[in-house]
Amino acid sequence: MSTTVASTPNRPTGQPLPDSSQSTEAAAYARRRRFRPYLVLAPAMVLTIGIFIPFFAAIYLSFTDYSLNSSDSSLIGFDNYVSMFQNADFWHSLWITIQYAFFCTTVEMLLGMGVALLLNEENFLSRFLRIVLIFPLMIAPVIGTLIWKLMTNPSVGILRQPMEMLGLGDFKWGASPDTAMFSLVVVDAWVYTPFVIILILAGLRSLPRSPYEAALIDGGSPWFVFKNLTLPMLAPVLLITLVFRLMLSLQEFSIIFALTEGGPGDSTMTLSLQAYNRAFPFYGLAEAIPMMLFLWALVYLVSFILIGFWRRAQQRAAGFA
Amino acid sequence: MIQRTHSPLAVVGKTIQMLLLLAYALFALFPLLWMVIMSLKPDSQMLTTTFIFTPTLENYATVLRSDYTRFFFNNLIVSVAAVLVSLVVGVPAAYALARFQFKLKEDIAFTILSFRFATEILVILPLYLIYQRLGLYDTYLGLIWVYQLITLPLLIWILRGFFEDISPDIEAAAQLDGYSWWRVFLQVLLPLVKPGLVAAGLLCFIFAWNAFTFPLLLSNNVQTSTVIALRYLASDTVHYGQVAAAAAISALPEVVLALLIQKHLVRGLSFGAVKG
Repeated sequence: MSTTVASTPNRPTGQPLPDSSQSTEAAAYARRRRFRPYLVLAPAMVLTIGIFIPFFAAIYLSFTDYSLNSSDSSLIGFDNYVSMFQNADFWHSLWITIQYAFFCTTVEMLLGMGVALLLNEENFLSRFLRIVLIFPLMIAPVIGTLIWKLMTNPSVGILRQPMEMLGLGDFKWGASPDTAMFSLVVVDAWVYTPFVIILILAGLRSLPRSPYEAALIDGGSPWFVFKNLTLPMLAPVLLITLVFRLMLSLQEFSIIFALTEGGPGDSTMTLSLQAYNRAFPFYGLAEAIPMMLFLWALVYLVSFILIGFWRRAQQRAAGFA
Repeated sequence: MIQRTHSPLAVVGKTIQMLLLLAYALFALFPLLWMVIMSLKPDSQMLTTTFIFTPTLENYATVLRSDYTRFFFNNLIVSVAAVLVSLVVGVPAAYALARFQFKLKEDIAFTILSFRFATEILVILPLYLIYQRLGLYDTYLGLIWVYQLITLPLLIWILRGFFEDISPDIEAAAQLDGYSWWRVFLQVLLPLVKPGLVAAGLLCFIFAWNAFTFPLLLSNNVQTSTVIALRYLASDTVHYGQVAAAAAISALPEVVLALLIQKHLVRGLSFGAVKG
């Protein structure tokens, strides 16, 4: 992101127009110019920061015993945080969240990479698929989940017969604790693998040609070329895709809510679902907020580290061109 | 290269590649096809047949006669308004971030981007209380405002890239001709970024339309079709055909929009980090 900015030709600032002869006018112009960026940005900042004032309210609330069904509350210090760390449900949900993000991201990155490499070939199937593949990504994740819920439905679901043929007639998908996580990963992969494919495919198509010509002359094997040329040159795109997927899968709410609601039992109760359950059906707002602050910190830590890798990969990849 | 593609080993390889690709295509596209099939199937044949049935539009008619139409229009109003608000405040912001040099520029840009990845539930919990106090809970205005977290970062980051693609010389020339900054912006620059503007606007619309967590928790009566479609399945007397029809009605407009913005999709989805 920053590199695209750095290469941009920018208008010199603070310079008066050539035809402004009077000095006061020029000074006024320069002043206008200095403040204009902030002025122009202000409405956007006000709108979004307005939403974030509650964020500070949230931090305050997390130090109180506030709940949605009682009117008075008092400051109780770090009690909510202490009880969160002592609560087995929190650690369980953290573990489920990490599992969910790990499985989804791994499956989507590997599958997406594979399909993108196949789609990079020129044939009619690739050309057709490159157009229609975006459909699952464009429809709402809950609508996609809804379709999968119908497909895995024991009475009308289309997947019953093929599963019976595979000897898995009693496969319960989202309805059993043993298969619920698997089902979620399938749905998440269905929704978001196209995202990975589209980004990696764009990365593949923008790779410089000359290193490949050199490798062809040297007679390197396809695997050697992939490992030593494609992967390092593609690393920035792979990493930024990984960042986006990891950030969003750690926080995924709608797919899990729509398919399993965190169940059966608490087998798919990620932190987002746990916080939702505590805050809304059970009125424990002050308990839910520390969990979400923890998740937020986790997401930012992970993305901060990966963005660092991304910057370095970009510099390395620039060396190939 | 030509010799390689004709050797028997390469032919086998190519076939395997095609089969793998077909397998993925089946996984990705069959659910959508099946949704359409289900939506055309009458209730009486729902449990007895798979592919052979007498197609009917009854499910669509029932869904369109129900409350769903109202929720569909709610979604349309909220999403269109959210995109319009984002355009009004976001286009100048994107321009400023692309052209001007000023202190904290990159910090501001990244702050705006981070809103897109904010933990939604964390934002909603306090907002739920504040919305109720301000009377914004369950209103169009409340949803349009919170949707800015979805649409505004996306719009600003996509358009910033499009503004950066325009040479500053064009502006300078127009300014030397005596046009004011606002006239240059409106009459010279906006027409130049129009393709980007349309693509970004449509992508924002799609994401606003798909929003689930915000309307689920910050609205009740003024609900969107995305949330309501899910409730169709939870109702006591499930008509699977109607569920599928509701899903199709919600999904099909987006499929059409997606085709329109294909060219700019990569840039949009990666917030300009990957230029497609």
